[in-house]
Amino acid sequence: MPEARVIPLHAEGGDRWRSGPVGRGGDHRTDARREAQPSPADGPGQAEPPPAWEAALEDVLAFLRRRLAGDYQVDEFGFDQDLTENVLLPALRPLYQKWFRVETIGLHHVPAEGGALVVANHSGTLPLDSLMTAVALHDDHPARRNVRMLGADLIFQFPVLGALTRKQGATLACNPDAERLLASGELVAVWPEGFKGIGKPFRDRYKLQRFGRGGFVSAALRTGVPIIPCSIVGAEEIYPKIGDVKPLARLLGAPYFPVTPLFPLFGVLGMVPLPSKWYIEFGEPIPTDSYQATDADDPMLVFNLSDQVREIIQHTLYRLLSQRRNTFLG
Amino acid sequence: MAPSVVLVTGVSKFLGGNLAARLAANPDIDRVLGVDTVPPPRDLLRRMGRAEFVRADIRNPLIAKVISTGAVDTVVHASISANPASSGGRTTMKEMNVIGTMQLLAACQKAPRVRRVVLKSTTAVYGSSSRDPAVFDESMTPRDMPSGGYAKDAAEIEGYLRGFARRRPDVGVTVLRFANFVGPRIDTVLTRYFALPVIPTVLGYDARVQLLHEEDGLAVLERASCAELPGVFNVAADGVLLLSQAIRRAGRVPLPIPSPLVGPVGQLFRSARIVDFSPEQMRFLNFGRVVDTRRLREDFGFTPRWTTPQAFDDYVRGRALRPVVGPEQIASLERGVRAAARALAPTRSG
Repeated sequence: MPEARVIPLHAEGGDRWRSGPVGRGGDHRTDARREAQPSPADGPGQAEPPPAWEAALEDVLAFLRRRLAGDYQVDEFGFDQDLTENVLLPALRPLYQKWFRVETIGLHHVPAEGGALVVANHSGTLPLDSLMTAVALHDDHPARRNVRMLGADLIFQFPVLGALTRKQGATLACNPDAERLLASGELVAVWPEGFKGIGKPFRDRYKLQRFGRGGFVSAALRTGVPIIPCSIVGAEEIYPKIGDVKPLARLLGAPYFPVTPLFPLFGVLGMVPLPSKWYIEFGEPIPTDSYQATDADDPMLVFNLSDQVREIIQHTLYRLLSQRRNTFLG
Repeated sequence: MAPSVVLVTGVSKFLGGNLAARLAANPDIDRVLGVDTVPPPRDLLRRMGRAEFVRADIRNPLIAKVISTGAVDTVVHASISANPASSGGRTTMKEMNVIGTMQLLAACQKAPRVRRVVLKSTTAVYGSSSRDPAVFDESMTPRDMPSGGYAKDAAEIEGYLRGFARRRPDVGVTVLRFANFVGPRIDTVLTRYFALPVIPTVLGYDARVQLLHEEDGLAVLERASCAELPGVFNVAADGVLLLSQAIRRAGRVPLPIPSPLVGPVGQLFRSARIVDFSPEQMRFLNFGRVVDTRRLREDFGFTPRWTTPQAFDDYVRGRALRPVVGPEQIASLERGVRAAARALAPTRSG
């Protein structure tokens, strides 16, 4: 039971567990309050009602009690909301807020409820862009939406990573799963470039690759949900992939073995992503409810829509890039 | 339309025997014949009431005689076994499952009075892998044909039944693909697995487990044998438990084993006759399996009474499994943490 051992960590002042249901802004406030507390506590403050840390501890204990008793809900895709909101998202938050300083634009284009399909560009050698998009849609969207990502089958083969990815709400990128999620009113996100996008060399940065076979368009058409183009700037620079050791990749069964200026030269240290400044822009939704469900079988329409989404994302990327003055300062 | 003579195979097992008992309690049914190679245990036999037990091997052509002389009009094939240990080894199990079904169907084909065949199949026919969709519906076929064991038997049996349905279009064929059964009384590989005090799991994997309560399973079998509901139906409870979650709910201790060692450890458990871990069982522990039950609810007209967590909790309570890690331990752990935090608090603020 690893959780049981985590408790002392918090007692020593672990910050990771604190955030819980408190929002991004709210987090700063509680942190500030806690830091301000010691000074009054030295004086007459001892008689005051339970300090903030005690309430936080109670939250952590309640969480651990639920976990140890197995008393939480998991949906049919394996999405564990309790774990995601209390552990996984808080663990990603420092990266989102402090390291990449992600700025979101156009979040009002993402509906507060009901199904929608977010389609984004993929980059960065490791899929940190997907994780940051998940944090953005949960923390910065007023409806605090949990995004359901569609991932490549490779991810689900890995031990630990595959299981965690499912618990985080992701599922295999295939039409039955996508349509099932969209039909039940979930917010689904997909990165149609796949490995071609995330593993492209640094010199090709911000050049969108082919958008798969347009399966995401037919899923949206069949369920009548809007497609929301999403452009992510900043992820290309976190691990500039300047080389690829093909034999090693084949040996490991990975699609590529990246060489960046720091990796594998500096080993584990080289795996620290460069602190680029990120922008995530959500574009105007493309409605699909005017089409018939049978239009999903019209390849011409599917390709056209797919191209349209791709063009929008590419243009938004160019615009965001022209506005950016510095890769790391924004 | 209620059947007049029902033949149930596998009555020495929980499902077959209790189904025969339920059908025998139905006054609209004239006769219930229960077939198996071994007689049912005494309490089960008592519960079966007026149902007649016929000691016969379905691998033997004699079964045709039982069907024709008994004027059987409904055959419920519930004897397909998933547990090699209880059926006398894998070879015998495969023979009973596959050859037995072929004989049974051959007999049914020759019997003009047979109007309905119900097959107890399994959701294992969908396989279990990282490349499969999260939720299977009845129209999906596995990416790779199951390589062996129970799943392969079931897939082959379903194939023979499809062939039978083509040759006898006048017979209504119902295939029920059941999820893993749990409950206070049924004995399956999974109920033995969760009864272990320390439960081996595959390190780094957490299967999605969908279950079915034994009573719901019986109710579905009974409904299929009494009404004209041809087709293929997934039968599973609503909701999903993760394997880790189920282990914690049962108060057990998981023992994660790295994948390369899983084979030898499974072998050890098998030779020690504790739990029979077949390779497909191990794959199930990696990825699990969830099926869509829309057809069951809408077309078949049945909604399971227990959800997966409820069925599992009923199994834990019914077996009186004493939790290794129970609420008391968790509560005392909590008290310890609170006390430690209070003791540390002054140093934190000072």
